[in-house]
Amino acid sequence: MALLAGFPALAGADLEVSAGEVVLLRGANGAGKSTVLRVCAGLAEVASGEAVVLGCDLRADRRAVRRRVGLLGHETFLYDDLSVADNVRFAVRAAAGDVNAVKPALARLGLDGRLARLDVGRLSAGQRRRVALAVLAARRPQLWLLDEPHAGLDAEARDLLEGLIAETVGSGATVVMASHEVDRAHALANRTLTVAGGVIYAGARPAAEPLHVA
Amino acid sequence: MTRTALLSRFLGVATLLAVIAAVIQGLVIMGPTIEQHEYSRLLVVHPPLAAVTFVAFGVTALASLLYLIPRTRRREWDQLAGASAEIGVVLCALTLVTGSIWGRPTWGVWWTWDARITTEALLLALFLGYLALRRIPSDVEVRSRRCAIAALIAAADMPVVHYATSWWQTLHQANFRLLQPDKQLDPPQLLGMMLGFLAVVLLYGWLLIHRFQVEQLEERLDREGLAQALTERRAEGLMPPVPAEAGSR
Amino acid sequence: MWRDALLMAGKDLRVEARSRVAIGQVAPFAVIVLVLFAFALDPSRGILVKAAAGLFWVAVLFSALLTVQRSFAIEAADGARDGLRLSGLDPAGIFLGKALAVAAELFVLEIVLGAGVVVLYNAPIHGYLLLLATCVVATVGMASAGTIYGGLAVGLRVRETLLPLLTLPVLAPVLLAATEASQAALDGVPGQGVAWLRLLGVFAAIYLTFGVLAFGSLLEES
Repeated sequence: MALLAGFPALAGADLEVSAGEVVLLRGANGAGKSTVLRVCAGLAEVASGEAVVLGCDLRADRRAVRRRVGLLGHETFLYDDLSVADNVRFAVRAAAGDVNAVKPALARLGLDGRLARLDVGRLSAGQRRRVALAVLAARRPQLWLLDEPHAGLDAEARDLLEGLIAETVGSGATVVMASHEVDRAHALANRTLTVAGGVIYAGARPAAEPLHVA
Repeated sequence: MTRTALLSRFLGVATLLAVIAAVIQGLVIMGPTIEQHEYSRLLVVHPPLAAVTFVAFGVTALASLLYLIPRTRRREWDQLAGASAEIGVVLCALTLVTGSIWGRPTWGVWWTWDARITTEALLLALFLGYLALRRIPSDVEVRSRRCAIAALIAAADMPVVHYATSWWQTLHQANFRLLQPDKQLDPPQLLGMMLGFLAVVLLYGWLLIHRFQVEQLEERLDREGLAQALTERRAEGLMPPVPAEAGSR
Repeated sequence: MWRDALLMAGKDLRVEARSRVAIGQVAPFAVIVLVLFAFALDPSRGILVKAAAGLFWVAVLFSALLTVQRSFAIEAADGARDGLRLSGLDPAGIFLGKALAVAAELFVLEIVLGAGVVVLYNAPIHGYLLLLATCVVATVGMASAGTIYGGLAVGLRVRETLLPLLTLPVLAPVLLAATEASQAALDGVPGQGVAWLRLLGVFAAIYLTFGVLAFGSLLEES
């Protein structure tokens, strides 16, 4: 159970995900999808039950897991006054990642050259999402938590996103995605779960790798 | 009657008696002094109020500390801190008002910048800040922790404030008028002040118990509201609430 | 922790270098405050010169509030807490880095204000060493306390009104001590100011420690 200012956002959710999987969370607005992702990121507190992500017990210490997960949410956490390149570089260094991964990540998302030097504040919303994706690509977290990743992206960017997901899963990471884009997202996912009323339906599979939120 | 109710009743009666005694001593038995006429009667209330304000603040700070330390963390500490702060702010305001009333006819000023009263004024500001924080709607645990940290930060400031204002006073002494005359107090006055102390301390204790109980009741109300909300939340779902059988708990 | 602090401070200062808010907005604001004081207190009667030390520090105090507000405003309007928590940086490092950046910006502002006081109030300057020391220690104290409260209020909708209410009472003794120390320097009796300097040092130490210990807890909310 996860409380959001006293409101039970998650009311008894069971989830088990194995490494290398791509899980899609569907559900109406307000169902609790974002909260599931936030719990996995170690942001939201789990009031009761068990929560273990990437081997870290979230009830004991939520902070440890944060460096190893990447959350792409509705806010981008970018600094408007810094350039694209500076932003990505800062995020990578903060997460103690490899700074050499910044340039290739920017190139991958079509953000190199003139765009890299532009202040984030001048970019459109869609471009900002691309930068946020570049941050993920450069940081290379083991668990990708994507909240409505397709929203605001143009066709080219959507292809890039899917390519990135495929690539990162290929290198062993896990992806949990919440999306309304049923068709495109469904094609990417190994498994689809539905979130409604704070509970996750369409049950679990026994896990090989410990990554379960109960 | 439960033990707490009995204690509270006893305390209430004791407070009433002490207040009556203090009032009689202050208004009837104590004579007016030559210098301050009737206003010297404020001796019965002003110093006690000032002192108990600090006690209230101390209780808030200590309770906040106990709340923050994981081993001693209990909801009761946060509730106590909040209750004490509310009473404290009232006592603090009364201290400043009685000081002002005392000062005006005696020295012709509504305010004087001596160390003690200045500290009390800052304390009022700190109390008000703390109470403003408490009013911000959030998750109870979150709010409690935020307020507890704020209380401790404010408490850490107090020694600095004390030293700063005392040195300030000694440096600029010529222009300050001390709120309390240094001369000796004669027995009726002394008794009056002691009764005043007793009355204010008992009053604080009694109010604290009741305000604390109100906090507890409010939280219980919220918790029970939560169980209700949980059921309604699950009902929002598409299917009746029968979560995965295969899932682990 | 130190690595994170330097990273954070560097980022904050880089943002400042790009956006130039402290230089372009807060500094003029501070100078305007000095001018307003001159309007409020008759310049011809010498009050301004006598009160110069105090007025300087009041202006610094208000500038400090704005600087701290700005420091946390850049952390993205909503989700600021989330951003800081997700970054993977050590919270104590975040605190030190932010406080360091605020202190650096304030120090520059103080130089500007100092020049302003000399020019606008015709205040003569003596006791440079004590003045400098006072500025440094008081600034560290103000930056630390301000950053703690900034962290406490980040993301709250009532942040703009709450921050001054919380911070100013706590900074009141800093104002007092810094004014007394500065006055001692200006009067040519720096020896008297040393006790005040020590008090400022105690304040700074208390709040630096507090920040390092408590900042993580302050950021932790759901």
